[in-house]
Amino acid sequence: MKLEDLRKIREKAEKELKLREGKARIRIVVGMGTSGIAAGAREVLKAFLDEIEKRNLQDVMVTQSGEKGLSSHEPVAEVWEEGKPIVVYGNLTPEIARRIVADHVVNGNPVSEFVIEVREA
Amino acid sequence: MLAELSMHIIDIVQNSISAGADLIKVKIHELKDRDLLIIEVEDNGKGMDKDQINRVQDPFYTTKSFKRVGLGIPLFKQTAEHCDGSFQILSEPSKGTLIRATFKKSHVDLPPMGNLRDTILTLVVGEPNVDFVFEVETDGVVFVLDTREVKKELQDVPINHPEVVKFLREYIGENLKTMEVAS
Ligand SMILES: Nc1ncnc2c1ncn2[C@@H]1O[C@H](COP(=O)(O)OP(=O)(O)OP(=O)(O)O)[C@@H](O)[C@H]1O
Ligand SMILES: [Mg+2]
Repeated sequence: MKLEDLRKIREKAEKELKLREGKARIRIVVGMGTSGIAAGAREVLKAFLDEIEKRNLQDVMVTQSGEKGLSSHEPVAEVWEEGKPIVVYGNLTPEIARRIVADHVVNGNPVSEFVIEVREA
Repeated sequence: MLAELSMHIIDIVQNSISAGADLIKVKIHELKDRDLLIIEVEDNGKGMDKDQINRVQDPFYTTKSFKRVGLGIPLFKQTAEHCDGSFQILSEPSKGTLIRATFKKSHVDLPPMGNLRDTILTLVVGEPNVDFVFEVETDGVVFVLDTREVKKELQDVPINHPEVVKFLREYIGENLKTMEVAS
């Protein structure tokens, strides 16, 4: 594999990006502060990436944040969707992350058992 | 608290991101003949003055009159020193910071590296506006991932596009596969 192989991916992706003006519909932010990492945040972030890749959800973006907070519920992740309140999930595992993608991101039903906070954007 | 060296790396990199760095270099060198493992994180963030450098290394230094000092640096330092290694911070305000930790490779308490592929992947994808250079070296075999080169190929396509993530996972995995330090 070579980095030049990215060119093909780029050409394909550019066409699709143009179709929806390059905007991400949903952003998932995983907390990766010290306690989050210790609690398994890297594996949770990886599970989000894997599930999004498996479903080829091109308008969903996963990012990380080093901010601390809610450390009794770590790993935590926030789901940001335009025009909707931010949904904060806690006590995550890779399995729950995959469920969040299936139920919340794809079907629009938040996984309420793991919601620890809902706040205005 | 952090069971793997790669978790410390994520944690130390978070400090660089918080310090406003937009270029972060991570080096992981294994020197077998010297029974040594070296981990360096270098950034172009806001840096620290001498006083701050001393303060952040000591978890007990803080008094109530000071702002709370965190755990990330003391934990990393403690792990290195416990493994017959060393710990060093070189930093200059508004220039950047270099954190260097060394470990005795054969030390019984040396934490495992953990999954380096996923560590690199989650950082470069999770922080798309920061550039990273990862350099992993074991006995003369070197793997370098420079996200500036990746982004040059990608132009307007974001590095966290699912197809790109897939490519990077395979690319990083393939390159690290044969490297002992990454397992
Ligand atoms: N690369 C860096 N550049 C500038 N300042 C830094 C850097 N790394 C650490 N610092 C300073 O040192 C402090 C202590 O860092 P440390 O990682 O030990 O704790 P923290 O990040 O504050 O909290 P946490 O326990 O979540 O890691 C930081 O708050 C910051 O002020
Ligand atoms: Mg820290």
